[in-house]
Amino acid sequence: MDMKRAYYEDIELFKSGTILFWAIVLMVGLFTLPLFSTNYYLYLFNLIMVHVILAVGLNILVGSTGQISLGHAGFFAIGAYATVLLMTKLGIPFFPALILAAFIAAFFGFILGLPALRLEGPYLTIATLAFGLAIMHIIGHMEVFGGRSGLRAPDLNIGIAQLGWNLTLTTDLSKYYLILIITILMVLGAINILKTKVGRAFVAIRDSDIAAEVIGINLTIYKTLSFAVSAFYAGIAGGLFAFVLGFFDPITFNFFLSIYFLVMIVVGGLGSIMGSIAGAAFITYLMYALFKNISDIPYIGDFIVNISQRWLSITGIDNLSAIALGLVMVGIMIFEPMGFFGIWIRMKKYWKAWPF
Amino acid sequence: MGYFDVENLSISFGGLKAVDDMSLSVNKNEIFSIIGPNGSGKTTIFNLISGIYHPNTGSVKLEGENLVGKTPDRIAKKGIARTFQNIELFANATVMDNLMLGRHIYMKTGVFSGAFMWGKRSRAAREEIAHREKVEHIIDFLELQSVRDQFVGSLAYGKRKLIEVGRALALEPKVMLLDEPSAGMNTEEKDDLTIWIKDIREDYNVTILLIEHDMNMIMGISDRILAMNQGQKIILGTPQEVQKHPEVIKAYLGEEGAA
Repeated sequence: MDMKRAYYEDIELFKSGTILFWAIVLMVGLFTLPLFSTNYYLYLFNLIMVHVILAVGLNILVGSTGQISLGHAGFFAIGAYATVLLMTKLGIPFFPALILAAFIAAFFGFILGLPALRLEGPYLTIATLAFGLAIMHIIGHMEVFGGRSGLRAPDLNIGIAQLGWNLTLTTDLSKYYLILIITILMVLGAINILKTKVGRAFVAIRDSDIAAEVIGINLTIYKTLSFAVSAFYAGIAGGLFAFVLGFFDPITFNFFLSIYFLVMIVVGGLGSIMGSIAGAAFITYLMYALFKNISDIPYIGDFIVNISQRWLSITGIDNLSAIALGLVMVGIMIFEPMGFFGIWIRMKKYWKAWPF
Repeated sequence: MGYFDVENLSISFGGLKAVDDMSLSVNKNEIFSIIGPNGSGKTTIFNLISGIYHPNTGSVKLEGENLVGKTPDRIAKKGIARTFQNIELFANATVMDNLMLGRHIYMKTGVFSGAFMWGKRSRAAREEIAHREKVEHIIDFLELQSVRDQFVGSLAYGKRKLIEVGRALALEPKVMLLDEPSAGMNTEEKDDLTIWIKDIREDYNVTILLIEHDMNMIMGISDRILAMNQGQKIILGTPQEVQKHPEVIKAYLGEEGAA
């Protein structure tokens, strides 16, 4: 056990030299990654990071506060549409637009948090589900949002055009660095939130709301706040997602996306930030990459494509990723309900006692 | 009018009068115990005081201010802390975090100042450190050092009872409601707890309302005792007076000649 000398050491970001070392290694790795990867993989990494931001936010709500949401595709959509529309219609520069969009999403999160005061468990889940679907349809029916035909993201100018200071990011590489920096800030922010007053209050509500109340936690404020914080993260993620895709329509933010988000944090580990990151990376890879290249695998690839076309879907191998996802979910639930985070904890325990 | 007054408090569930026109007046720094058989309404009184139930009639006044109608979190901020009969701790948090949650009402860090806890000098970190210091005193006081960083869910029953007392103490309350704090403790732990309850009164200036079944403990530390049955007062008086009351003897020692 480490000897501690100051109270601050309990809440420090890097509690030991080892952690600091690996954090630096990780940072160097992330910042030099583009040197070793193709454009397609940069696109994939960008998607992963966007999903990491969202999953971290969703985990604050679901994992830490214990309120389940099946409507996060709605907040994600609000972030994407608001960022793009604020930029194209009002001419607001990128960063203020992104932050404003996240606040708009947070406001909707607050609104959705209000029924959470009365509803619990499956009833709350249904309410959030309805919210996600409603957002998708409202956007699809209003011309100002581009209707069903969708919206095109403008050039990603991170400067301020009004001051004549322009810096347009066009390549996936430049977007990678922008998203990477924002992701790091958001993840560190979440770590800190969970270590301070607000995060502890969330956990208290999850574990025993009656005890939370008698120690002075206002359930109304903290339940809605949890929704708002979570939606804020989804809003930031959505704003970045718009520029990763370049083009999106209401169907992009369909109900299945909300389920994928929930799967990310369950597979990663509820209530764990590192778990959210691992889960988001893993599920995004399954969603976008694994089965896209499957036909390239010698022998087996053709066979799988053949099976898929004959039995599952005439369009190819799309359904296989859903099946794989289902199997992963069932496997995790049976063998490790704590997700990747649980596996990590067990490994750590094993190595601590090694070789005994 | 006393320091902490319960006046004509009544509540019924359906046809059952759980607490029936109960009045009591507790002095500052008193240890006031409530005894009675199971289902006599002891815990219900605590739930009424802490705002979990709302009474049909009556009032609860701390230093003259009526607390009835306020939500539990408002009442906590007014200076009333409590523990529960069936332990209500935050099982998936560490002992330290549970006690830090007792400091919740004194902390000001919000989402943004919390998210920007960069380094030792940030506002959030300074506040955390100050409150961790306070909690560390409570950990010292209740001798919880050995379990400081453990998850509460994995601890023994007696220890968890004690952590609940610690969490209530972290609120720096004016009045502390202890609901069977010694349940599940062995004799040695009970002796320690008795001393700690006295110390809490002396060192932290807390008025204590205590529900207990252990008669040795009750008679040893109480200034006054309320004995109740079926929501009503049997007798309110000093330990000596209560001990001699025939109905209390009947309830706790068995009827004369019955054995």
